Amino acid sequence: MEGLALLIAASLNAGTALAIAGIGLLINERAGILNLGAEGLMLVAAMAGFAVAVHTGNSWLAFGVGMLAGAALAACFGVLVIWLNTNQVATGLALSLFGGGLSAFVGIPYVQEKLGEQPQFHVPVLGDIPFLGVALFRQHPMVYIAIALVAGLAWFLYRTRAGLVLRAVGESPESAHSLGYAVRRIRLMAVLAGGALCGLAGAYISVIYTPLWVEGMIAGKGWIALALTTFATWRPARVLLGAYLFGGVTMLQFYLQGHGVHVPIQFLGMLPYLSTVVVLVLISRNASWIRANMPASLGKPFFPGA
Amino acid sequence: MTMTTKRSLLSLSAWPLIAAATLMSACSKKEEPPAAPAATAPGSAPVAAAPASAAPLKVAFAYLGPAGDHGWTYAHDQARKAVEKEFGDKIVTSFVENVPESADAERVFRDMATQGNTLIFGTSFGYMEPMLKVAADFKDAKFEHATGFKQTDNLRSYDSRSYTTAYLAGIIAGKMSKSGTIGVVGSIPVPEVIRNIDAYTLGALSVNPKIKTKVVWVNGWFDPPKETEAAQSLINGGADVLLQNTDSTAVLQTAEKNKKYAFGWDSDMSKFAPTAHLASAIINWAPYYSKAIREKLDGTWKGNAATWWGIKEGANDLTAISSQVPQDVKDLVAKTKAGIADGSFVIFKGPLADNAGKEILKAGEAADDKMLGGLNFYVKGVEGKVPGGDKK
Repeated sequence: MEGLALLIAASLNAGTALAIAGIGLLINERAGILNLGAEGLMLVAAMAGFAVAVHTGNSWLAFGVGMLAGAALAACFGVLVIWLNTNQVATGLALSLFGGGLSAFVGIPYVQEKLGEQPQFHVPVLGDIPFLGVALFRQHPMVYIAIALVAGLAWFLYRTRAGLVLRAVGESPESAHSLGYAVRRIRLMAVLAGGALCGLAGAYISVIYTPLWVEGMIAGKGWIALALTTFATWRPARVLLGAYLFGGVTMLQFYLQGHGVHVPIQFLGMLPYLSTVVVLVLISRNASWIRANMPASLGKPFFPGA
Repeated sequence: MTMTTKRSLLSLSAWPLIAAATLMSACSKKEEPPAAPAATAPGSAPVAAAPASAAPLKVAFAYLGPAGDHGWTYAHDQARKAVEKEFGDKIVTSFVENVPESADAERVFRDMATQGNTLIFGTSFGYMEPMLKVAADFKDAKFEHATGFKQTDNLRSYDSRSYTTAYLAGIIAGKMSKSGTIGVVGSIPVPEVIRNIDAYTLGALSVNPKIKTKVVWVNGWFDPPKETEAAQSLINGGADVLLQNTDSTAVLQTAEKNKKYAFGWDSDMSKFAPTAHLASAIINWAPYYSKAIREKLDGTWKGNAATWWGIKEGANDLTAISSQVPQDVKDLVAKTKAGIADGSFVIFKGPLADNAGKEILKAGEAADDKMLGGLNFYVKGVEGKVPGGDKK
């Protein structure tokens, strides 16, 4: 039982960065912008956050700087795809590669650095409940903040006027434009918010989850987060669920080995992508399903004059 | 031996681009080729083996990871610095880091040979085929391949006996473990790594016959996030003293975070985990590099050879033993180390059975290097099965 509780705890922890990056990308995609640069954004933010943590020892400041770094890089992406109307897929891929290279280059002096000891977190009272305490209530605060962020985003998208406008921009930018909304500015805001959240996820990985810096350390989590938004059919709550599921799968591969069960870990490693393809096939089977789930103008440029 | 086992297709397809860019920048950083190449151009050398008198010997190293990984590659780079110091202006060294074990490696080795390097070290197993190809085209250059098993007239291999220090670490682990379960984060299930897992377990069993070893594979040599997750899962599974065959400090740092014990591997890693660190099993490549360079300078370098050095030659050692380790355990480690060095103590000897109960060595028998080189079973005490080990 203790083992199961620890597996749940580890899965929640592993899923947290995916959830945060996932809802960041969800905001982008709800506004009609497909940002394939998530991996690069997360790497740059991981680097920036780690550097701040090394110099100040303050992980919250590191998260803040990670968010700023993510937003700054996303702003470049936003200007390119929103105002200069460059191809979103190509620009996103370029951003991903650029972020990987930039973080590796800037990070050279930090490769051998180490962070100070981290405090152990423990929610008072709740953390002492047998089983549940170990499984759920002894996590870094960011695990709970991620859940709050998801709840906040769900409320924003479906219960506020601003959320409605954001979704309208992603569904039909022309209609939103004709009603007088500044489509480009709204899309830029979405890109900035998405970049900041990817940045937060990146900094969480380098400062808390794997407290060290090495080149390419995000190791595909940005791509999993991108797959996650599709897997979740662009719904915040499903992003959170999917993140824990994908996080659980990555942890499960090690637990199964530890218990002598031999599933090739390469097989488990491909599951997130395989399940995303399955979801895509399912929702693409009829037009109404696609309409109900996928932002209609996802990835399409918007020309206000046309 | 790739560190990108679990990336998406997209990033995989992008990887060669990044690698190529890194290599190009790395290569361009190297020093200019000398104005007068010292008898290295293929076919133009009057006396190939003549020791260089005026021009220094050019020695090149290809590294798998970054020189600052604080593990495998770091150990090689420390040795490079040591021989640079030892030979002074008689040699010029250069290196290329992050050389992938792919077609790119061949290009790097070819490039090194073309630039006039006549002694070239490839420091990872996966460079074997690329080095064989390049060595066949550059007969005047000498090639040294770490951990490989193929040799030619101008290519030979060298390795260190890491399992000896894994055994010594096992003695400490057996004494320090409270739970009776120790853990290993394995890289890739090749004989070298399985040998280390077995030796670690035998060491622990020698002082505590109840010890069990759990193994988790990450299928990569350098992947800190996965190493962290694997180490965490071992700790959650009850292991309280960890060893790793991977190249980063992540396992040690995870042990520190969980207030458990672990060892440094390949290099002294004590500063990364002041309380969790029990000792570091280090590899010192300098004695061998020094020997190889001296032979090349003297003209006595001979191919078709494999060198397997260990504690006796100063290639392996267990250092920086923590003050938390009781003195009697330290004494036992020192005694065993001396025994391994003078040959009076043998690690893999009978009676020895695998963990399915099959007898491997009868009492009185000892494993020879050939058997050690292809070792593919877990000894009794290790849980689970060797991945892919059934298809014998």
